[in-house]
Formats: sequence, C-alpha cells, structure tokens
Amino acid sequence: MKTLKNISVFILAIAFTACSNDDDNPQPVNEEEVITTLTATLTPVGGGTAITMQTRDVDGDGPNDPVISVSGDLAINTTYNGSIELLNETESPAELMTEEVEEEDDEHQFFFQATNSIATFGYSDMDDDNNPIGLKFTVTTAATAGNGTITVTLRHEPNKNADGVSDGNITNAGGETDIQAVFPVTLQ
Amino acid sequence: MKYFLTIMVCCLVSAMHGQNCTNSLFGAIHDFHDGSPITGATIYVKTLDSYTTSNLDGSFTVKNVCNGTVTLVISHIGCETKTIDITIYGDTTHEINLEHHIEELNEVKINGHGVAKLSKTTQETRLTTKTLERFSAFSLGDALKQVSGVSSINTGSTIVKPIINGLHSSRVLVMTNGVRLQDQEWGIEHAPNIDLNTAGSINVIKGASALAYGGDAIGGVIVLKPQRIIQKDSLFGKTIFGLQSNGRGSNISSSLTKTWKKGWYISGQTSAKQSGDFETPDYSLTNTGIDAKGFSINTGFKTFEKGFNFYYSFLNNEIGILRTSHIGNIEDLVNAINSQQPLVVEDFSYDINAPKQNVTHQIIKVDFYKRFKKFGRLEVRYDFQDNQRFEYDIRVGNDRDKPAVDLNLTSHTLKSNLKIDANANAIYNLGVQLGFQNNFANPETGVRRLIPDYDKYDFGVFVVSNFKINADTDLDFGIRYDFNTIDAKKFYRTSRWEERGYAEDFQDIVIVDLGTQLLTNPVFDFHNFSASAGLSHQFNAKNSIIFNYGLSNRAPNPSELFSDGLHHSAARLELGDLRIKQETSNRVAGSYHFKNQNLSVHVESFLNHIKDYIFIKPVGTEQTIRGAFPVWEHVQTDALLYGLDLTVNYDINAAFYIKNKSAFIKGRDVSQNDALIDMPSFKTVNMLGYSNRRWLDFNAELQSELILRQNDFPNNNFEVFIPSTQNMALLDVSSAPPTYHLMHFESDITLKISDKTDLNIGFNITNIFNNSYREYLNRLRYFADDLGRNFMLQLKLNY
Repeated sequence: MKTLKNISVFILAIAFTACSNDDDNPQPVNEEEVITTLTATLTPVGGGTAITMQTRDVDGDGPNDPVISVSGDLAINTTYNGSIELLNETESPAELMTEEVEEEDDEHQFFFQATNSIATFGYSDMDDDNNPIGLKFTVTTAATAGNGTITVTLRHEPNKNADGVSDGNITNAGGETDIQAVFPVTLQ
Repeated sequence: MKYFLTIMVCCLVSAMHGQNCTNSLFGAIHDFHDGSPITGATIYVKTLDSYTTSNLDGSFTVKNVCNGTVTLVISHIGCETKTIDITIYGDTTHEINLEHHIEELNEVKINGHGVAKLSKTTQETRLTTKTLERFSAFSLGDALKQVSGVSSINTGSTIVKPIINGLHSSRVLVMTNGVRLQDQEWGIEHAPNIDLNTAGSINVIKGASALAYGGDAIGGVIVLKPQRIIQKDSLFGKTIFGLQSNGRGSNISSSLTKTWKKGWYISGQTSAKQSGDFETPDYSLTNTGIDAKGFSINTGFKTFEKGFNFYYSFLNNEIGILRTSHIGNIEDLVNAINSQQPLVVEDFSYDINAPKQNVTHQIIKVDFYKRFKKFGRLEVRYDFQDNQRFEYDIRVGNDRDKPAVDLNLTSHTLKSNLKIDANANAIYNLGVQLGFQNNFANPETGVRRLIPDYDKYDFGVFVVSNFKINADTDLDFGIRYDFNTIDAKKFYRTSRWEERGYAEDFQDIVIVDLGTQLLTNPVFDFHNFSASAGLSHQFNAKNSIIFNYGLSNRAPNPSELFSDGLHHSAARLELGDLRIKQETSNRVAGSYHFKNQNLSVHVESFLNHIKDYIFIKPVGTEQTIRGAFPVWEHVQTDALLYGLDLTVNYDINAAFYIKNKSAFIKGRDVSQNDALIDMPSFKTVNMLGYSNRRWLDFNAELQSELILRQNDFPNNNFEVFIPSTQNMALLDVSSAPPTYHLMHFESDITLKISDKTDLNIGFNITNIFNNSYREYLNRLRYFADDLGRNFMLQLKLNY
C-alpha cells in the first residue's frame, strides 16, 4: 500500500501544478485580419462632389447587421473614378486592410454589379498577370434618372482566367466571398 | 492464436447395466498443453441440476446417472465455459482436455467478465484481431461499421466518427487500454484519435449499461484492448504493409512483443500511413490527403496475483479538408450545393494544404493491481492525456500559415476499482474516479476562440454487480453517480451577449467589460445519476435472450455550452447556449440469439427515450460584411430513437457461407413531432464467402452494400437572397441523397514461410463498379461525391 500512497502524492502534485497557473484571466484575441469596413469613394471625372458608399460591421461575425450608407445621389451620364479602402476598426487606431489585398492582388478581385441598368463598371488596376483587381475602378451612370442597387463583392482566390471573369462577370469566378455589400443608389 | 477449447472425448464402456439410474460417470480434466490436472473446475450436471468440482488430480465423479445423454457445463477461471453432451451407458469414464492459458486468467481478472464478452447482459459485439487487421489502413470508424447498428458520421473519407444506434460524439465513449479517451470528442469533425493498429480486439457495447466505464455513454462504449500477453518466454511480431489505389496511399504497421515466463513483458508498436487526394469516379477530391504516424509502448509485469502496466502512445494525424468545401458565405454555399460539382478540382497531389487539421494525441497510463485471497482484486490506475489540435483555414497575408484553431486539452484521471469475486455467483465491482481537465485556447491565432479556456473537475462512484442465478441465467445491476463542474473563462462579443439574452440571465458572471467584448466566468455544476439492470438467459443450447435497461445522464459538453463562431468548412455560424441542461436517456433493449450447427441469428432491438436531447440545427441567417451566413444553434428537445439490428450467418457447406447484416433505425423529435436530423438510414449488407484451406488457406468474400435514402429528415431549408443575381434561392441543407448500392470484394491467402513465420496476402476492391454516390451522414455531401473504386493490396507477416 506504500506504493499507492506514493503514487497518490505524485498525482496530487501534478494536479496542483496543473491548476496553479489559471488565476490569470485569458487575453482577449486580437482579430488581426478582420475587415469591418469597406468604403468606396466615387469621384466624378472632371470635378464635383465625391460620393462615398460604405458598409461597416464592427461586431464582425456577431449578430448585428452591417450598417450600409451612401452619402448622396449619383448624377446621370457621369463617369466616376472609384477607389476602395478597407479597414479593421476592431483595432484602435483602425488598421488599413487595403494593403492585404494589394500585396496578394493576384488572389483577389472585386466585382461590381448594378440593377435596373443604372450603371456600368470598368477596372482601372491590374495585377502582375494583367488581370483586374478592382481597388481602382470606374462607374459610368445611365442617361436616365432612377433607382437601383450597386453590389460590391470581393472574392478570394477566384479563377481570374475563367470565361468573362476579367471583364467583371462574377458567374464563373468561384473562390470565396470575403466581402459582399448591396448599396441602394439613386440616379438624378 | 487458437483460442478455443479442445475437447477430446473417449468413451469406454465398462459394464452393461439395466435401465436404472445408478451409473457413475468418472471424469478427469487435464491441461491440453502439459497434461497437468486442472483443479477446481466447476462441473455443473444439467440433467441432475447438481454441481461438483475437480479434485487436485483433476478428477471428478458424478453418481446416480441414468443411461442416455448427460449435459455437463464445465467452467474454470481462464477457460471459456463449455457445454458438452456425454452418452452414458453403464459406468462411464471420460477424459476432458482444456486449453488453459494463464493470460486468460488475468484477462478475466482485469475485465471482471469472460474473455470474449465484457458483460453478459449487454448488447455487445467483439471485433477480433483478424477483422481489425483488414482495416489496418483505415480508421476506427471504418472498422466499427462491421458491427450491425454501428454507422459513421464523416467529414470526407478520413474523418470518421462512429455512430452507435444513431448517437455519436460525446455520447459514445472510447476506452483504449483502460483509458477513457479525452480528445475533444464533441465536434463532428473531430475523429477519435486512435490508431487502430494498437488494438488487439475491440468490444462495442450498445447503450449506457456498462457503468464501470462511465455514466454518460448514452450511445455506447467502444473498448479497445491491446494484444493479449502470454506468460511464457517468447518473442513475436507482426508487420502489415498495404497499398491503396484510390488516393495512391500506403501504410505500414509493425509490432514486436517480448514476454517472460515470470510475468514481465514489453511490447512496441509503430505505424505510418500516407495518402494523397482521393478520387470519386469522375473527379479528384483536391486536398483530401492524410499523413498519420504513431507509436506505442506497453510494458509491465503480469501474474495472477499482482501486476502493473505502463502504457504510452503517441499519434499525429494531419488531415486535409476538401478544398472546395471551404467557402465564403451563404451565396457560395448555395452555388456549391446547386452546382453538384466541386468548384475547385486540381491534379492529384500528396500535398496537404489549408484547410487542414493537425492533431497530436498522447496518452500515459500506469496501473497496478493486486489480488487478495478469498476476497477479490484491487486496481489503481492513473492516466494523463494531452490533445493538441490545430486547424488551419485559408488565410491571407502574414497569417497565412497561422492556425485558426489552437486548442490544448490536458486530462488527468485517477481511478480505483475493487472487485469482490470470492463468490462467483455474486460479483461486485466498486469504483471511484477523480478527473481534472484543462482546456487552453491559444489567443495567438488571431481568431476568436471557438471553445473557451476552462477547467473541469469530475468525481464518480459506481457499484456494479453480477449475480449468477444458475448456469443459464445472469442478472446484472449497477448504479453510478457523477459530479462534474466546469469553470470557464469566455469572451463574448457584447452584441452576441445581448442578442442571446444573457444580459438578463447571466449578468453576474461578467468579470471584465472591454466595451465591445465581455469576459465572463461561467461555472456550471452537474449531478448525474445512472443505473442499469440486465438479464441474460440461455433457454437451451440454441436459444438465448438478453434484456437490459439503462438510465443515464449526460452533462452538456463545452461545444454545446460555449461554441460561438464561424465554421468556414461549412459556411455556418455555430452557437452554443449557456442554458443547456443535462440530457437524460432511458433505454430498454432486448436481444435474441439463435445458433445451431449451420445457422446463427442475432437480433438486437432498442428503444431510447432521451429527455432534453441536445442537437444542432439551422435556425436562420445573420448578415455580416462577408454576406449572410446560416446560423446553426444547439437546442434541446425530447427525442425517441428505436431500431433493430440483425446479424445472420449461414454455412451452406464447409466451403461456402452467406451472411447478412442489417440495421434499421428511426429517430423522432417528440416535442416537435418531426424527424430527428442526422439519423442513419436503413442499411443492409449481404455477403457470400468461400474458404478453402487446401488452396493456401484461401478466403474470398463478395459483399453487396445497400443504403436506402433517408426519407425522414426535418426540413430546415429556407429561401435566401443572392445579391449577385438579385434573386431568392433555396438553400437546401436538408434533403438526403438518393439510395445507393456498392459491391466490394475481399480475398486472402496465407503462405507458410517457416515454422514460426507466415505471410498473409490480401487483395480487396471496394466500390467494384465505380458508382457515384453521396452519403447523408457525410458533411461534405453538399460539395462532392463519395469515393470511387479502390484496389487494395495488403501483406501481413507474422513472426
């Protein structure tokens, strides 16, 4: 029975060592690669007031819906130069996430779609394989006033060589959706 | 190993008498090996309902026997109880030889029951070494499907979790070499961290009746035991090498055992397995390879009176997850389900890239036992387990090679068992158990913890008893009490905390408010009571029945309480609930067994009512910046499961046999009057076999496996808005795939290389006709077909 006693002492020792370092609270996780905010700035070619479209989801995968805002109406028959900025606002100060896409531009592509034919889109930037990225783009609005939506989608690891993908058609793109936002837009 | 009793009967008619009952039967029982007399064997004379025991010289006498046939039931510790019929004509003499192994003796001591079965009154099936060797290249879950009523829930073909009578994960307890496996078994994509090659045999016990192992095994218990140790001077080993065409895989497993007559033994085993991308009939399943390696050491000292065992095992599995199953949001999921083809198909490769998991499991166990004369046996056991789990997602930038999940689970268990078996007709087994477990979720992942840091304490006591009413009837009773307490430190997003309504119910557990996040300290205590009762009765040599009842409680696991996050491989948000209570199972079961010379029929039925059954189901969607995601929530309901498992063997003649294994099960959500999600569908397997010992011990078997479509599933489908098409689309996560039928072939021959060495060559084909199919209980059925044809070659060398 002496052996048993020794063993129990040994085990208790282990148990206590195992328990002794749990007084401290765990560290909160710093979510480094989360994109909380997408801001698309549309600047009219030839000058005028820039329009911003923003989707902002500060609780990430939490239950709150993203807040979608559009700063104003778009003008008819106008071409806008668009640029996209991505932020991680769970960090303070907010971290600029646009670079993550720039650094791996061959693995990312934005897609732009409009309803009611209110606008058409073009790419203004290219990766090293001469495929579009979409951080810089153009929007050309229709000639008649109306309402519709503009959908912005960021795909990770799309097949940029698939049919129509480099022209901005998402149908054959595949990959995983990293961002998807639908902006309500009025054309005047 | 030939483990059976060899009975040699020689009848000597000594005298002729009239039809009176004054004859005597003179018997002697000897050891087959050395001819030494076997003392103290119990001889039950059925015809006279009387008992006698063998003397010091192995002899016994039965008086007042009539002419005709008498039935003797001979039992002795370490020998399987054997029934023999003897023709009496006048005074009769018999010599009976038993194969009597010391290790069996110890086996009986360790398990408290017979060698083959761990309990007489439970629904139990045993897989032998020979069966397990066929699955050397596969997983535990694959091998267990040989048991009627056991199926599996898969993530692809390499992550296979056993389902016993419709229940899996935390409801199925896995014991390996006396250690309860603690390896984050809560998750469907967490396969048991067991190398099948470490097991000498596996017993599957359906239901929670085996209370000595645990009180919460509502589904059942899987008991893996290492190869038996024989107390003699010997050195032996085994090497298995296999090749598989599908996945271009190879596996090797080798073991070497040295035993000494005095009782010392040491055994080492190592195995490795590698496979690349698997294939369906039509395309390659990109990133589905596996790379597994493990070794174990089992050493100690073992005699009848005392002994100890030290066991260490190491297992590392790196498993690729089908690339195309890693998706972004609900739109990607709808596209994947509707396309019926994987969106990513690349050329064959052995590379395992993200998404993948890498899990290392280590077990250290020591145990001691001592037998006390005319009393029983005391055993003390301690085990330590370390489970390190990494899951890698597809990530960008600097985080590319960083795991998204990094969980370290350590468990300590101290157990003591006292078995009082001085009276073989009333055996008691008393046990007490203490456990401590710590989970550490590494914050360095940069991804919010799916499972929080926690400490868990367990305390359990049990008494199980076995009463032998007579040679044909056994009664078992057991009760068990377990106390668990879980003390977690969990961060909640403030928005989630409020959405769940925890702000009202659990405000007192908030310890730090970080603004957007709250650190909470949930502490939950659970008191679990379990009980079991069983009856087995042998009507005659051919017919027997078993009845049992089991009550068990299972406390919710950490995943059911705390999970809170996005599963990329399924594009779903999984939410636990702090309000989840224990579930309570009441299970009644009955079995009927028939056996004659050519035919054996085994029917097992069960009815399992589970109050507050915990399960996960889709409840709606949530919007994020990435788009919408389906939300799967852990909920509770009252469930009723019932079913029938059938096993039939028929020997047509000495060479041919047919077999059937079928399982039928229904799962109902009683509260909602609906079907239960994820229930196995009807399955029937028919086998035609041929054996010929003269052709190098040739065996061949043709198998037909039919799995009917699961028509009873809850409809959790819903319409979702797809932004890129501006349309609504149906998200069909519920519908079951169609019925499928597969044919398989197995064959082997054995070559005698030398006196002590033989080589067994096996050739198998699965899915002979290369049929395309999908299985309801494979989580990757949304994305791709199941495996196509596979040719396998296996060489097994025993030396």
